[in-house]
Amino acid sequence: MTATIAPTDVPAPGAPAPSRVSVARAYRFELVKLLAQWRVRLLILACWIGPGLLVVAVSQQASLPADTLFGRWMHATGWAGALVVLGFAGNWVLPLLTSVVAGDVFSSEDRLGTWRHLLVAVRSPRRIFLSKALASGTVLLLLVPGLAVSGVVGGLVVGSRPLAGLDGHLLSPADAAGKLLLAWACVLAPTLALAAIGLLGSVALGRSPIGLLLPAVVGIGLQLAQSLPMPVAIRLALPGYVFLSWNGLFTSPQQLGPLLIGIAASLAWAVTATMLAYLLFMRRDFTSLAHDGSGRRVITWGILPMAGLIAATAGIVALATGATGSGIEQGKVQQSLATEFAHLYRLQSSELNHMDVTEAQLHVTASCTKGDGMVAPDGPGNDWRCYVYWHLPGVNATGNAIYQLDVNPNGRYVADGDGPKEVNGYFLVHTRYGDAPNPLWQFDGNVDLLPAPSKG
Amino acid sequence: MRARGLVKSFDDVVALDGVDLDVVAGQVHGVVGPNGAGKTTLLGLLLGLAVADRGSLEILGRPAGRTEYALAAPDGVTGFVDGPGLYPALTARGNLAALAGLRGPGARTAGIDDVLEQVGLTDVADDKVRGFSLGMRQRLGLAAALLTRPRLLVLDEPYNGLDPAGKRHVHGVLTQLAADGATVVLSSHRMDDLEALCSEVSILVTGRVVFTGPLSKLAAANREIDYRLVTSDQAAARRVAADATGVRVVDDAGTRPDPEVLVVRALVPALDELVPRLIHAGLAVRELTPVVSPLESAFLALTEQQESSR
Repeated sequence: MTATIAPTDVPAPGAPAPSRVSVARAYRFELVKLLAQWRVRLLILACWIGPGLLVVAVSQQASLPADTLFGRWMHATGWAGALVVLGFAGNWVLPLLTSVVAGDVFSSEDRLGTWRHLLVAVRSPRRIFLSKALASGTVLLLLVPGLAVSGVVGGLVVGSRPLAGLDGHLLSPADAAGKLLLAWACVLAPTLALAAIGLLGSVALGRSPIGLLLPAVVGIGLQLAQSLPMPVAIRLALPGYVFLSWNGLFTSPQQLGPLLIGIAASLAWAVTATMLAYLLFMRRDFTSLAHDGSGRRVITWGILPMAGLIAATAGIVALATGATGSGIEQGKVQQSLATEFAHLYRLQSSELNHMDVTEAQLHVTASCTKGDGMVAPDGPGNDWRCYVYWHLPGVNATGNAIYQLDVNPNGRYVADGDGPKEVNGYFLVHTRYGDAPNPLWQFDGNVDLLPAPSKG
Repeated sequence: MRARGLVKSFDDVVALDGVDLDVVAGQVHGVVGPNGAGKTTLLGLLLGLAVADRGSLEILGRPAGRTEYALAAPDGVTGFVDGPGLYPALTARGNLAALAGLRGPGARTAGIDDVLEQVGLTDVADDKVRGFSLGMRQRLGLAAALLTRPRLLVLDEPYNGLDPAGKRHVHGVLTQLAADGATVVLSSHRMDDLEALCSEVSILVTGRVVFTGPLSKLAAANREIDYRLVTSDQAAARRVAADATGVRVVDDAGTRPDPEVLVVRALVPALDELVPRLIHAGLAVRELTPVVSPLESAFLALTEQQESSR
């Protein structure tokens, strides 16, 4: 039965039209809410102070984090500390920051039960989405520069001295600073990708803690994936690869191919995940209090499209670059090791006050085998063994030294000197900043995973 | 506000089933009904949070609903359903300032201090909402709604958690708002509050409007209700009542037994005849009030009737 009430009012002519709040005002509203949270304030403080303190504190220690890229150089120069911060941030801090900020920006409204209030106040789901995405991006842009600046300040406190690059060549402090800032700019791309995944998780999974943790889980998952053997085209298609490939800026010539591909892949992830989050958000029914995520839509609107994006990106990378297999080949390993040995030999000579010999005069070559020659010399593994040969001007004999290489699937390797002791064994050398291990004893290197461009 | 044939379903559940409703400007209109009757869904439609599957809804002269990109509720419509939306990390003033900031300097808004004073929260204006009680949140939610100088205010259970002082503040604010020409539509389970405030009510049962109109129409409806009768001599009053036409003495009214109170059941005309008979018998009538309010009585009767007809 339906009852109808008696007299009705005649609608007033010229009644007010719906007036929506501008994106700028909604954005400011979202910023106010985000910055009012104690945990966001704490994060800002931690990002702007923590890395600097960490660099100074670690640089004072006798034992350095040699398993972290540039960690073994933290006594030598403060720029190494700033780079350690960048590496650590890419592995752990940035995924966590994106989780706390972007991973919670939509689900917090679910938790607080404020969606309807927000919709009535702003009157446009689209503008709410835009303002939330922009506000979370802004907060991340407050946090990330803090990490960079704080790390640099800590490094400057330790000392601004030349930095040995990833191929052993020395970078002036100004050069190191420029490349460091460029590297931070590059990692903004995967940070945006993780933030977009955070938005997607926050929209799709509602109050579920999995939504909040999604960027961290994905970030750490990608980091683990990068340590596993896989075709190089797939590796480069994953959004987290830039967290590793920025180290290509610290070689000469710079390994820009993997870095640029990684940035493009990350931006594609950022755009796709944001679009998916937007579409899911616009289809949400805000009248149901019991809404707790988009259930099955997560698969059709989240997982499947992102898997498709990886496949498409990997296909494009494979076609465009011709990259196949792991990308780690005998020739590349030998070339990388020989180049780095030459640079570090020159550094060692300088520290030992020996005659300066140029890299060209040394004419270093390397010969590497894998698994004692029992397996094909390609791919990752800790069973690479290399002989390095060099010449000194005026000396007929050819110098040689042996290295054990542990080559990571992502192209990074650690070379461990295996004699002769006088060349690449462990001993201390006197430097301007104090005693330091022989630079030829153990060092980090990097193999460009992409095929070398064909000449001619 | 004019609704015609509103139908809204959620999957297999029909929340509203052909609702017609008119609410005129300057009126406080109550919406009552048992749990699951569709009250919140109806209020959500008024706020533009959802769009009806069928039917038409006009608010302030414009069609309401939600398009893909925007709420199409006109400017001047505000309120809350399922409790006010507040941000615990902000103070009361911070919540209101952030909302006021959404509308910009040229917008028609009330002063933050003014609305805080109206709802009696001036003393806690700078406290974080995190520590607020439910009643304080309700009042702050009302203040947030007042900030936009609403022409249609939609409130879902605004009396939840309110202490007597808070209730007085809310009553005062809503009455004044209606006196100023705004329309207020509110739902509540507290019939006494609705009776004190509303000029008209609608009763919803299982998604349908089973009554809508002025409260006086409910009281005058052809329905016997129970009254508490206290006189100077209850034994004599019992005899007079028992002899009166159309009046029954009720001994099992479901209320706490009280020898000083007689419960009689009658239509209003029969009650009108009982009073002079009591006086004629030399009895002083000290109290004659409904055991339950006319609204609650009607609500119970109509919902029971609806349930039994299903």
